[in-house]
Amino acid sequence: MAIEVRNVNKSFGRTPVLRDVSLDIASGSLTALLGPSGGGKSTLLRVIAGLEQPDTGTVVISGVDATRLAPQRRNVGFVFQHYAAFKHLTVFGNVAFGLQVRKRPKDEIRRRVGELLELVHLEQFADRYPAQLSGGQRQRMALARALAVEPQVLLLDEPFGALDAQVRKELRGWLRRLHDEVHVTTVFVTHDQEEAIEVADTIAVLADGVVEQVGSPHEVYDNPANPFVMRFLGPVTRIDGHLVRPHDIELSASPQPGTTPATVSRVVRLGFEVRVEMTVAGEDAFAQVTRGLAQRLDLKPGDTVHMRPTVGAAAH
Amino acid sequence: MARYLLRCTALVYLLLLLVLPVGLIGWRTFEHGLRPFVDSLTTPEALHAFRVTIVVALWAVAANTVFGVGAAILLVRHRFPGKRLLGALIDLPLAVSPVVVGLALILLYGRFAPLGGFLERLGVQVIFATPGMVLATVFVSLPLVVRAVAPVLEEMGDEQEQAARTLGASSWQTFRRITIPGIRAALGYGVVLCLARALGEYGAVAVVSGRLVGQTQTLTLFVEERFQNFSEGDAFAAATALALVAVVTLLLTKLLSPKGGT
Amino acid sequence: MAVTETPTRERAPEPQAPPAGRPARARHRAGTGLGLGTAMVYLSLVVLIPLALVVWRSMERGPAAFWQAVRTPDAWAALQLTVLASLAVAVINLVMGTVIAWVLVRDRFPGKRLVDALIDLPFALPTIVAGLVLLALYGPSSPLGVDLAYSRAGVVVALLFVTLPFVVRTVQPVLLELDRDMEQAAWSLGAGPWYTFRRIILPNLLPAMVSGTALAFTRSIAEFGSTVLISGNLPFKTQVAAVHIFGQIESDHQLGAAAVSTVLLVVALLVLVTLDLVQRWGARRG
Repeated sequence: MAIEVRNVNKSFGRTPVLRDVSLDIASGSLTALLGPSGGGKSTLLRVIAGLEQPDTGTVVISGVDATRLAPQRRNVGFVFQHYAAFKHLTVFGNVAFGLQVRKRPKDEIRRRVGELLELVHLEQFADRYPAQLSGGQRQRMALARALAVEPQVLLLDEPFGALDAQVRKELRGWLRRLHDEVHVTTVFVTHDQEEAIEVADTIAVLADGVVEQVGSPHEVYDNPANPFVMRFLGPVTRIDGHLVRPHDIELSASPQPGTTPATVSRVVRLGFEVRVEMTVAGEDAFAQVTRGLAQRLDLKPGDTVHMRPTVGAAAH
Repeated sequence: MARYLLRCTALVYLLLLLVLPVGLIGWRTFEHGLRPFVDSLTTPEALHAFRVTIVVALWAVAANTVFGVGAAILLVRHRFPGKRLLGALIDLPLAVSPVVVGLALILLYGRFAPLGGFLERLGVQVIFATPGMVLATVFVSLPLVVRAVAPVLEEMGDEQEQAARTLGASSWQTFRRITIPGIRAALGYGVVLCLARALGEYGAVAVVSGRLVGQTQTLTLFVEERFQNFSEGDAFAAATALALVAVVTLLLTKLLSPKGGT
Repeated sequence: MAVTETPTRERAPEPQAPPAGRPARARHRAGTGLGLGTAMVYLSLVVLIPLALVVWRSMERGPAAFWQAVRTPDAWAALQLTVLASLAVAVINLVMGTVIAWVLVRDRFPGKRLVDALIDLPFALPTIVAGLVLLALYGPSSPLGVDLAYSRAGVVVALLFVTLPFVVRTVQPVLLELDRDMEQAAWSLGAGPWYTFRRIILPNLLPAMVSGTALAFTRSIAEFGSTVLISGNLPFKTQVAAVHIFGQIESDHQLGAAAVSTVLLVVALLVLVTLDLVQRWGARRG
């Protein structure tokens, strides 16, 4: 186990932010702390890094009790949402910083920084200043900086939050590939479930200071532990008092075993999918079907369609 | 650990340099009660000094306020070559020693100087009289209103003024009803600073006034003269009065500060 | 084009004209001219011509006479004392000003807001009152038993008083705006508090520190009122340049007064121009 968090409680003033949180993070894994804003994910990350002190509980990193250790001594790399670039130092200076703190010889530093800049594709920017870089480049520099000191654990606090959508998507894939190459235990915080599902191999869902579920992306999506997790991880619709995923609803023109009649209220084309909004037993619901199926059914508002949840689909 | 050391160093330094000296003046003044304080400040010379100080200060503040607002508008809303130079020239008085201010004014407005001689023939005495003191005070407090108003004018942007103009307002109406209210707090701040500086000016006025007791003696000159003549009580009383004005000024500037105070 | 279409045929339409067309722009330009002219007249009559006359008067009898006036024993001693004392004061302010700014921004203790407000007192207090106040505490009748009257230390104390706010007030806002994440990033990379201060915080504070110090220096060399009482104005010992100039004016030695004044003006100008250049060079890097 790279990181073991046990019974951590943390309050800011009178507001509890982490409530009896326990979490294991496997060595070499890429874990996402996913949850809504204010849920405690960033605080948990900072507790692991030593930038916040828990009120009670312990943090063990690589078998060593790090609970009261200063951040300097934990050998944990941290990447901030707004880059925290050392603006008075060049890109080279930034990445070299941790090595200079450890008083490494100059040529070793030069070699290592060169390797890292190549890794993040910033070789030709070595002499530039952060202000001259784009947001995405600054974040890659921040990553190289954190990796320079070969941390046991790499922590990223909403690393792509300050970037625009296109750059964000690029860097997501890039982070995954980087992890595959470097294999350092990585934990990142995000409120974007798509990002968590796409990048991480383990997701810990945190809301209101409590760990709701930990599992692979498949597990948390298809077997959510409770309605909250289900709602947070993907779209849901309510059928007969149960929460069902809209694309787990089968539609047919004629009654089938187990189907219920529904009245179509609206059909919305969403590019490759079609959302069919309907009323079932007096309640509003919607299904998401492929374009092909929608074309075959040729539904219009007012039509009757027969629907049933797919057997074995996630429900709460 | 380092935190306590830093805090102590800072506080001790401030105590010895700032707090104790100022506290002592108050103590010395009121050591024997309120009576001597009031007596010192109600002698004919003291009252005259009050009058001179206020008259000079009000003229200077009025002149610099008009100049200040005009110059701020000029610098912020208009384009012309040499704008940076104008800004630097306006800031120039801050770098000039008060006695040099006095000398400079004597060289232009003294009895035997070009402009001074001319004005003398018209019956206007500048040096060793009130006009000279006003000029000296204007000089030293010149940049204050401009510097307070210009940034706020800049931040305000001219969109509101443009909107007013499209609605048919004349330049003067726009100025009076849009610009002035927009810079009200900053203007107040600048005026208070200017007034404080004017009331407290010593060096430039000392040179230019001739320090004639009962005629061209401001309150600051009164403090020095009384002290040199061994009337320490009078000097301390006037000094305390001036210090109280300074404290009131500080409070007002905190309230009016464009940044909303620290 | 029909006659009824454009009531003001003589005005050719401009692509981006404001509703009132060309006259508004011309009015604006005339306004600029008038405003600029008025401002320049005001500035000239109050500041520029008088100062020019000081420089002119000092050179009136040629450069040799100028240098002679500057190099007279008491003038030279006054200038030396002024510059050296101001340098000392600048250095002390550099350190103490930063310490005080740090404590005001990063520390918490009861009465901090009051202390913060007091920092500006030297700006607001008349210089002669400052002088009297310091003499009362550090002069012959000092309750602390410290007598700095007639000494150079007294001059330095007076200068420290009047220059107190400069460095504090230029460093404070920069410190307030400093990105705390940068410090935490440095910690996560293994840097201790002092290392972080030295390599991360200090470089970002340096421009403000230098700017405040330069301003304190220029204020220092010009100072008059606060030094007049505590120094006793002993020529060759505690007489600063401004007091020397005052004496020269009183005894109608205009050339001498103008010469030393010109030196002060030139020094101040050099410091401020250098500061401006340094700031602009620094801005290019940021």
